[in-house]
Amino acid sequence: MKQLTVISGKGGTGKTTIAAAFASLAKDAVIADCDVDAADMHLILQPEILETIDFTGLDVASIDESLCVQCGKCKDACRFDAIRDDITINIYECEGCGVCEYVCPEGAVSMVERKAGDAYLSKTRFGPMAHARLGIGEEASGKLVSFVRNNARTLAEKHDKDMIIIDGPPGTGCSVIASITGVDMVMVVTEPSVSGIHDLERVLGVAGHFNIPAVVCINKYDINEENVLLIEKYCSENGVEVVGKLPYDDTPTKAMLREMTVVEYSDGEFSRRVKEIWENVRRHLHETSGHTLLTMAK
Amino acid sequence: MKIAIASGKGGTGKTTVAVNLALALENVQLFDCDVEEPNCHLFLDIDLEKVEDVNIPTPVIDKSKCDLCGKCSEFCRFNAIAVLPKEVMVFPALCHGCGGCTLVCPNGAISEEDRSIGIIDKNKGNDGFEFYRGLLDIGEPMASPVIAALKKHIDVDRTAIIDSPPGTACPVITSVGDVDYCVLVTESTPFGFHDLLLAIDVVKTLEIPFGVIINRYDIGDNSVEEYCISQQIPILMKIPHDMKIARLYSEGIPFVVRMPEWKDRFVQLFDTIRHEYEEARS
Ligand code: SF4
Ligand code: SF4
Ligand code: SF4
Ligand code: SF4
Repeated sequence: MKQLTVISGKGGTGKTTIAAAFASLAKDAVIADCDVDAADMHLILQPEILETIDFTGLDVASIDESLCVQCGKCKDACRFDAIRDDITINIYECEGCGVCEYVCPEGAVSMVERKAGDAYLSKTRFGPMAHARLGIGEEASGKLVSFVRNNARTLAEKHDKDMIIIDGPPGTGCSVIASITGVDMVMVVTEPSVSGIHDLERVLGVAGHFNIPAVVCINKYDINEENVLLIEKYCSENGVEVVGKLPYDDTPTKAMLREMTVVEYSDGEFSRRVKEIWENVRRHLHETSGHTLLTMAK
Repeated sequence: MKIAIASGKGGTGKTTVAVNLALALENVQLFDCDVEEPNCHLFLDIDLEKVEDVNIPTPVIDKSKCDLCGKCSEFCRFNAIAVLPKEVMVFPALCHGCGGCTLVCPNGAISEEDRSIGIIDKNKGNDGFEFYRGLLDIGEPMASPVIAALKKHIDVDRTAIIDSPPGTACPVITSVGDVDYCVLVTESTPFGFHDLLLAIDVVKTLEIPFGVIINRYDIGDNSVEEYCISQQIPILMKIPHDMKIARLYSEGIPFVVRMPEWKDRFVQLFDTIRHEYEEARS
């Protein structure tokens, strides 16, 4: 099975638009929306949710007031400033480490499970989809990403699909790492702005750090063609192929308003180029060996 | 006064607003809390110097004292320490630095060593304008400690503008958690609207007064504006879709610098925010 993650480093480069278009072009794919704290793919793919699974993240500390003698030991021991002066827990700061429970001489602290979001198994007009919604301020976004990826894998096995297309989150931290570990390839969608270039370099660094092959797609290339040259130069110096360029165009917004992928919405220049990029990506995917598959995060 | 600039979705113009607002004001500090992909400095004509490393205390095992009892790994809730038949292994990238394993080790075999996961830097020689940036190292998963370290540099006597990371997860809460006012930047597209609703959920949960800036308000549809009006959410500013602004952005030039009429509008924006904040407080 092949897994492709579409990421961007910087948000707003058109990552989801392109991943959704790929979903409609791939014949045998499961779609996984791993941008779990701002999932948008469903706005275009309109999945029908078949199953909702509770996602429990890390435990959180809970203090039994009737046992607590206000000695303050827990507060002193907590390294995350998650216990307030009046010995109550700030659940947004609590990392669930369990130290307070350990140090409390009165047995007043217990660690309790908390629901950190919902994961969904769905079907779309292009095939099965795994997605999720993370609760506000949750710590466990990386864990939820891994959970969604496992669900996608289950769906792929069940429906006999041989590819998973993953819409990844922005950034370089835990959720990005969880969305790319063990995939066959990442495609980075960037734009020719100084921030786009800066973020591209960092996110390619993350892919390199985990030994994952990467290709690049430049969106809105006509905003600044000098910067496009800089990106192309950077990529060729680092052995990363630029698989295509897309113009600044209102097709994505118009398609989005109609809840359609760009290729469903129009046959124009933009869609034609997206199709070309997909063909390139598909070819690359089949060339990469599955050597990284075993490392997929649990 | 601490003002956070946030958005559910990335790429809506959060950094643009933060930088332009900071440049339009006097006696201001700007914090780039998007430590996974910090961008503010790209729009500022400054040299950065390192202020500090951000460290996580990570366990180090003294083999001569360890009897492989397994208590440390049993305690660790992050799977960052494993006791194998012949040795104890630490997985630094997974360690949150909670100190639990050191506490539970019955043989005093664990000590802690600082491990750097990122840095804080700032602009050299500031004349009234202070800029701090956090930068998470490549391959490091945990952004929140870097953000927390960054925010320790806030000077309560000045205006602090905080560029928050996108999304709704823990790094966002760490960034906006204790601010006085939050500006949510969005676009008037279905993605923008959907993610704005998530961001509103966050600020409402944290009970932070907030208003909305609609960027590229003339593309897409009117759903954001209609929603804000119906919910009596203040629309603080509307920025048009303008190729000149897009081009300046791509070159890393804040548009208040080249389009001075916008400077007044950002000063006005600040006055509006102050007014809204005082209303919300009373
Ligand atoms: S579980 Fe850990 S982070 Fe949470 S309150 Fe207790 S000591 Fe602090
Ligand atoms: S350590 Fe236990 S008894 Fe002491 S303040 Fe904390 S919860 Fe209360
Ligand atoms: S708790 Fe201490 S003695 Fe026991 S295995 Fe861990 S390091 Fe070794
Ligand atoms: S410090 Fe905490 S997170 Fe790190 S290894 Fe020890 S118990 Fe685990």
